[in-house]
Amino acid sequence: MTSDNILLDPTSERQAPHRERLGRPKSLEGLTVAVLDISKPRGDVFLDRVADRLGEHGIAVKRYRKPTVARPAPLDIQQAITDECDVVVEGLAD
Amino acid sequence: MPENGLVAVVKRDCPTCVMVAPVLERLARETGLTVYSQDDPGFPETIADVADDTALDESYRLGVEIVPTIVRFEGGAEAARTYGWDRAAWEGITGLADLGPDLPAVKPGCGGLNQEPDRLAELRIRHGDTGIGSRRVEIGVKEDPIEACYERGWTDGLPVVPPTEARVLAMLDGTSRKPDEVLGAMPPNLDPCTVEKVAINAVMAGCKPDYMPVLLAAMEAVLDDDFCLHGVLATTRYVGPVVIVNGPVARRIGMNSGVNALGQGNRANATIGRAVQLAIRNIGGGKPGEIDRATLGTPGKYTFCFAEDEENSAWTPFTVDRGLKAGTDAVTVFAGNGLQGTSDERARTPEELAATFATSIRAVDNINKFPAPDVILVICPEHQRTIAEGGWDKARLHAELLERLTVPADSVMPGAHGIAEGVSRKLAGKTVCKVPPEGLMIVRAGGGAGKFSGIISGWTPSNPNYSRAVTKEVTF
Repeated sequence: MTSDNILLDPTSERQAPHRERLGRPKSLEGLTVAVLDISKPRGDVFLDRVADRLGEHGIAVKRYRKPTVARPAPLDIQQAITDECDVVVEGLAD
Repeated sequence: MPENGLVAVVKRDCPTCVMVAPVLERLARETGLTVYSQDDPGFPETIADVADDTALDESYRLGVEIVPTIVRFEGGAEAARTYGWDRAAWEGITGLADLGPDLPAVKPGCGGLNQEPDRLAELRIRHGDTGIGSRRVEIGVKEDPIEACYERGWTDGLPVVPPTEARVLAMLDGTSRKPDEVLGAMPPNLDPCTVEKVAINAVMAGCKPDYMPVLLAAMEAVLDDDFCLHGVLATTRYVGPVVIVNGPVARRIGMNSGVNALGQGNRANATIGRAVQLAIRNIGGGKPGEIDRATLGTPGKYTFCFAEDEENSAWTPFTVDRGLKAGTDAVTVFAGNGLQGTSDERARTPEELAATFATSIRAVDNINKFPAPDVILVICPEHQRTIAEGGWDKARLHAELLERLTVPADSVMPGAHGIAEGVSRKLAGKTVCKVPPEGLMIVRAGGGAGKFSGIISGWTPSNPNYSRAVTKEVTF
């Protein structure tokens, strides 16, 4: 055995991009809120109420739904939310 | 190497080299000759200035396979070569007549020391010829390589074998697949999972090169979209990849399908399952506490790999259920929990055993949850014998279990058994089945004594949106 002090890197040798979350807006006035249902059971019950309450305050809401909780959101949903909304609310747990 | 002239590579340990020493001496005198000795720079004694090639670098550069080798250089390039002793060939290359008149016309040579596997690997590494592209991480001379792997976050919590280039090179010899072949994109970071990166993690897990074909099939299976590895990693549930190996390869690499098949003590079982987990962690970045959000996890996330006992089974192999021919070398991965026992030492009929198994399966997750995650029922030999002697084959057992797993929805509604969980009240008056037909899989394994079968429950019910068991054929 030679070069016992040289090891081969078992990782992909790439750094996953790290993006800081945007700061929370001080107010939702004039903003459009994405309400994203990730298909967790009863998430819709919670999100329906959130959407209703936002609507009562005159805040624009757009609804989206992931086809399954098990996979990341499809690209078209990610892009639509980015293009059409300023803020996202999603329901994570059952 | 000379620009023009003759070069000989020899070793003292070779009787043919010893025999041709007088010929070499004549060549040195009449034509000029550079002699490289692989094992003793004092050989041949009759030649002054024998070049020391005990490090074998010149032999490696020349690509010597057999000693003695004679090469003629012209204008800095090789013009002719022969090896072993063959008077006519030697005379042709050297342009001299009557070489070694007392010698036989032909005598084969011996293998060059540079071709011995350990030395060859060392030479390939020293000459940068391994084809391995991964980053070299140099650690301090006094640093413990095992501790260095911990510090870099490369382990599953247990010590790993330090992945030196020599070990990785040997591991890659276990497969005919090229190191840079991409098996797929590894979640969560979706980085390319290459054969080379799998080999590095295989070294760390303790695999032997023979295991590589099975490990690579397992990696292809977890990377299949049907397995939904991203979700398997991210879920708060317990699961990790359970690896089941079928076909003659399991026996050939020494896997355990018998006594304590799901337990510790067998290198192939232990390290293949571990290598899958290490590769996922290191290549894709799927680490516990980060993307891996399991509430409890399961000890099987260190390693969970076994072979089906095909040889002693009364049934066709699991691979047939998975759509392949009996006898196919294949690997199935399943997002599974640890083992839930299902024991019955009194049953004497398949009906009694089916009742036991079905009742145990109904307890998976929560007795009121229908459907529950997919399950693999691991049948032990004694239980299988009872079932086979009762005239049931595997298909019959499967059908009888589904029948017993189908219950009135009203019996498992919220409140039943004093449990808050339960099926939707909209199903009132209907029946529900605990697992979908394709989600109930049956495998045979275990030691010959004991009526202790087991249930490996999964993540979710079979559904294309979630994770399903995936089977891949092994390629060598």
